[in-house]
Amino acid sequence: MKQRFLIPLAVFFVLVIFLAIGLTLNPRDLPSPLKDKPAPAFTLPQLAAADKTFSPADLKGKVWLLNVWASWCVSCRQEHPLLVSFSKENNLPIIGLNYKDQLADAKNWLARFGDPYLLSAVDADGRVGINYGVYGVPETYVIDKAGTIRLKHTGPITPESLKTQILPLVAELSK
Amino acid sequence: MIPELGHFALILAFVVSIAQGVLPLVGAGSGKLGGQAQWIALARPAAQTQFLLIAVAFGCLAQSFLANDFSVSYVAQHSNTQLPSLYRFSAVWGGHEGSLLLWVLMLAGWGAAVSLASRRLPEVMVARVLGVLGLVGIGLLAFVLFTSSPFERLLPAATEGRDLNPLLQDPGLVFHPPMLYMGYVGFSVAFAFAIAALISGRLDAAWARWSRPWTTAAWVFLTLGIALGSWWAYYELGWGGWWFWDPVENASFLPWLVGTALIHSLAVTEKRGAFKNWTVLLAIAAFSLSLLGTFLVRSGVLTSVHAFASDPRRGVFILVLLAVVVGTSLTLFAWRAPKVSAGGSFGLVSRETLLLMNNVLLVVATGSVLLGTIYPLLIDALGMGKLSVGPPYFNAVFVPVMVPLLLLMAIGPMARWKHADLKAIAGRLRVSLALAAIAGIGLPLLMGAWTPLTAMSSLLAVWIVASGVFQIIERMKTGQPSASFWGMHIAHFGIAVFVFGVAMVGGYQEEKDVRMEPGDTVQVGGYGFRLIEVNDAPGPNYRAAVGSVELSKDGRVLKTMYPEKRSYFSSQMPMTEAAIDAGFTRDVYVSLGEPLGDKGAWSVRVYFKPFVDWIWAGCLLMGLGGFVAMLDRRYRLRLKVGAGVTAGVAA
Repeated sequence: MKQRFLIPLAVFFVLVIFLAIGLTLNPRDLPSPLKDKPAPAFTLPQLAAADKTFSPADLKGKVWLLNVWASWCVSCRQEHPLLVSFSKENNLPIIGLNYKDQLADAKNWLARFGDPYLLSAVDADGRVGINYGVYGVPETYVIDKAGTIRLKHTGPITPESLKTQILPLVAELSK
Repeated sequence: MIPELGHFALILAFVVSIAQGVLPLVGAGSGKLGGQAQWIALARPAAQTQFLLIAVAFGCLAQSFLANDFSVSYVAQHSNTQLPSLYRFSAVWGGHEGSLLLWVLMLAGWGAAVSLASRRLPEVMVARVLGVLGLVGIGLLAFVLFTSSPFERLLPAATEGRDLNPLLQDPGLVFHPPMLYMGYVGFSVAFAFAIAALISGRLDAAWARWSRPWTTAAWVFLTLGIALGSWWAYYELGWGGWWFWDPVENASFLPWLVGTALIHSLAVTEKRGAFKNWTVLLAIAAFSLSLLGTFLVRSGVLTSVHAFASDPRRGVFILVLLAVVVGTSLTLFAWRAPKVSAGGSFGLVSRETLLLMNNVLLVVATGSVLLGTIYPLLIDALGMGKLSVGPPYFNAVFVPVMVPLLLLMAIGPMARWKHADLKAIAGRLRVSLALAAIAGIGLPLLMGAWTPLTAMSSLLAVWIVASGVFQIIERMKTGQPSASFWGMHIAHFGIAVFVFGVAMVGGYQEEKDVRMEPGDTVQVGGYGFRLIEVNDAPGPNYRAAVGSVELSKDGRVLKTMYPEKRSYFSSQMPMTEAAIDAGFTRDVYVSLGEPLGDKGAWSVRVYFKPFVDWIWAGCLLMGLGGFVAMLDRRYRLRLKVGAGVTAGVAA
């Protein structure tokens, strides 16, 4: 009869196990329907020089990162130092997609916190973001030599995700 | 300097909580040794000191906010020089670190309150209760100090702060978190009483009587806190809804459901000495669910509109804390509960049985809401994919459980303890039943359309009120009833008012989402809305587009409403400020969407919401009922040892 008083403890124990597994997962880690599909084409003005444009086709034959950012985005600021130090140590092109931002704010932001980007494309009304299925800022896409999206990372890049996900994939794609 | 003082005060509070958590419990456990009396006597001053120290820490953080000290990282992240000073103060709990500081402040506050209002309790009991609160305090203070200190410096200092999330810049949000936390954390007292009783092995009526007012107090705060949150969501989010079954909302609703069950179960334990183990389990569950809620909100395991920045280390810490606190409590329960006597017996038809059904239904409701809340996590953990559980699930499982609960609510208070006569009850309910049936048929027709759900809800609301009024009249014939009696009926009326509001809004609201150019008119719910113009207007830390909308009925102009669309400078975040014309029987609600094109056109959302304010009025009545019940004289009387009918059934 005494065993029945252990039931609450047992139920709780199972719950804790699930919560512990839940902690290791990322609920925002949504599978992107664009994975292994060609990166949507666009032509957008560059942040630093509005008379020049950028289009994903310009980087055909290279492995590159597309990082969606905005000066109003708090998590971008959290992610930013990592991108800056990464860009200094690697030759991998990082293209910024400046998402729904004000030009002056975006420029100030880069001047203040450093510019890890080869260039930033200005997506002022967020139209390109829609094509890419931008879910929340920041997001990062790994695009291969053929212009295919190979990975979508939602939320700020952390040293772990950089080391375990992005870098190995980039190394493999660059072969 | 001031942030360091705050940090130091917090460290001292941590040390004091160790003393409070260990010494009184050891002292109380070691019998009649003379030296231990001093350890027992330590409980009260320790609890009060802990509160003072945390209050100092809290004051220091508030001062850093008011003084715009952006060398404090937390202040720089959640404040801004342009922020009005009221919001600079409420920004203290606008982020993770500060809201945890508020949490521990509340915990220490409840502890200090127990230490002051427990003169009539045996010293050993007080020592154990405060000791348990001290142990909980150790865990939470460690959490704040080691993973989430709000006093971390940011050097070099930022020249300007990042600003408080504009969603939180609202009077409703100034009071919502403190109220909610008072409730959440308040269940720690009921929990501490339950654990103290388990440790002592004395699960008796006296224990139930002591913890009742504290449980009710926590429940009142939680009720008001949830209601405030819901009201805020209604007028601030601009979606016109009042409850979204969002994981974070559910996290506060779960302890409420269990707390409600606990209040009723405590009544049985106090009056009849029955349900003791069950009551203890509910007390543990209510606080555990508060901790679980904290975990769900703070660890980021679930996605929610309340997206706080989440840090996996913090999640691990709270999970361990949760496992230790709840795990030890349930182990203690499994060890002690088999030795507890069953208490007074009761017949198949009796108030005990009805309250048992109340408990079963509330626990089933809790279980289904909990399941829906963590289901996405379970499925993800089992590797079966990603999904989200929405309102259709919750409505489908929650409503069928609530209907029998509401039916029984009118009957329960009529039944006698131990053995009740079904026929007599049926006789006394005849009038109420007739009135309820009339309401079920008539009220929906009066509103224009008969649907099963509105009919059912009208029937239930009138059923509860009619039966309550009948009982009050009956009771008044035999003299002045007690405060508990009034409290119970006021709270039950609150439920009825709430149910009626929910049904009317659900059944008869009208909404339109339209494109309007200045001069355009739209008709909703018999009201005309004419967009006159949209102007720019500056605010202290935002720029707003303010619409002027003329409200009319039957061609008669009633008033002009001013919905706003704000853009905050620092975050560029657009915010909707709906304009609401509130009334006793209806709200009309206008919110501005987005500008469309260059002719000055806007997307405008217009709602007609009948009886929507009854939802919150019902919650206020529930809160008032709880408050009145706490005033009952018997909680203030010195407990006579061995006196009363309950002595015979005490363990």
